[in-house]
Amino acid sequence: MQKLVVVDYGMGNLRSVAKAFEFVVRKRNLAFDVSISSSPQAVRDADRIVFPGQGAMPDCMRYLRESGLEDAVRESAAAKPFFGVCVGMQMLFDVSEEGNTPGLGIFAGRVVRFRPTDRTLKVPHMGWNEVVQTQQHALFKSIVDAERFYFVHSYFCAPIDFATNSANNVTTALTNYGGEFTAAIGRDNIFGTQFHPEKSHHAGLKLYENFLHWNP
Amino acid sequence: MLAKRIIPCLDVKAGRVVKGVNFVGLRDAGDPVEVAARYDEQGADELTFLDITASSDERDLILPIIEAVAAQVFIPMTVGGGVRTVADVRRLLNAGADKVSINTAAVQNPQLVADASARYGAQCIVGAVDARRMPGDGPPRWEVFTHGGRKPAGLDAIEWGRELQRLGAGEILLTSMDRDGTRIGFDLELTRAFADALDIPVIASGGVGNLEHLADGISLGHADAVLAASIFHYGEFTVQQAKQLMASRGIEVRL
Repeated sequence: MQKLVVVDYGMGNLRSVAKAFEFVVRKRNLAFDVSISSSPQAVRDADRIVFPGQGAMPDCMRYLRESGLEDAVRESAAAKPFFGVCVGMQMLFDVSEEGNTPGLGIFAGRVVRFRPTDRTLKVPHMGWNEVVQTQQHALFKSIVDAERFYFVHSYFCAPIDFATNSANNVTTALTNYGGEFTAAIGRDNIFGTQFHPEKSHHAGLKLYENFLHWNP
Repeated sequence: MLAKRIIPCLDVKAGRVVKGVNFVGLRDAGDPVEVAARYDEQGADELTFLDITASSDERDLILPIIEAVAAQVFIPMTVGGGVRTVADVRRLLNAGADKVSINTAAVQNPQLVADASARYGAQCIVGAVDARRMPGDGPPRWEVFTHGGRKPAGLDAIEWGRELQRLGAGEILLTSMDRDGTRIGFDLELTRAFADALDIPVIASGGVGNLEHLADGISLGHADAVLAASIFHYGEFTVQQAKQLMASRGIEVRL
């Protein structure tokens, strides 16, 4: 029985993430124990980590620090399958211009705000948009290219290597909203999505199922 | 491209889905969990639940319903109706709602929108505006009503929409009270005035009687999403049919 822990540092709606994983585990009859935890020890003992985030990044970083979970999260991000969702992905970067907040600095780059020149493009970017896969990745298995996923965010990750086509580019998928931005990242044992798989119907559940089977 | 959204709305009273005309005269439309699962299968982009329960005793009935739906439906869910405090927002989010819509309480206490948005993020706070066209010549004007459409708030609807955006709402649910339940189509002038005035997404609501009305809300009303209840509740149209019609008119949808 493997342990999947959804990290609870006091921000955001974790139950929907946990419920989506529980649904996949039940439906596919997988040997997984899914839990939500705010205990550093539980995070260290977990086999796989989901790191969600919702709301404002300054609050998320502050809560993460105050929760005493930062070290356990950093250790996990260095060692085992790790999935950052939305602000949970943004926090992996150096800094966000939302409140000029330092992130965990695991990936080089900034988190920046949408500034659409086309006034018909609303912010937050909210709804179902196409996710174009730019690299092959185990988590995209059985997910068609340009599949739609559900987004709701005003800021996005701008990895420092975004413009390069290097095979080691951290971006694994792009979405267009007044220009292309990073919709998913992947490097070594870490995967992250700007969109919400737990709110993205069959395709989102498939992505979570692939994460449970992923052995990077 | 970002798809325009179709959002079936479930008005819930005493644990059942109901539907009224012009905010009165209710008819039963089924069990909320079953209705939600049906729309999910049909490809609904989101679901909205409006708790139209009159008494606070019955108010908590919505929580187990939201929990039950959230355990099996993996698309965004908005819940509104009777939200008064940040604690109400928290309870609904904890039950599985992704967004909470605030109407009367936002007018009475605008700080609630600011506080809830600061605590949980703009993405989960929907400002609900019930607007009624004011009589008179000259450019059209709409006034805000609260308490399920019973009380005039003395506010210009578009100004109030701008204020909700400033306070931290991430989206506006705009209902035309003149059109609600009439099946003659959205108030497109109202919808367009809102959508063009605001930087946040606007959901058009009130008056849908056929699939063309939904498409009109997007292409003529400039809405980012369209909400409808009765045309879906009684099996007249499916969400899928609505999307096919919209796609045939060149509107980007998630098929």
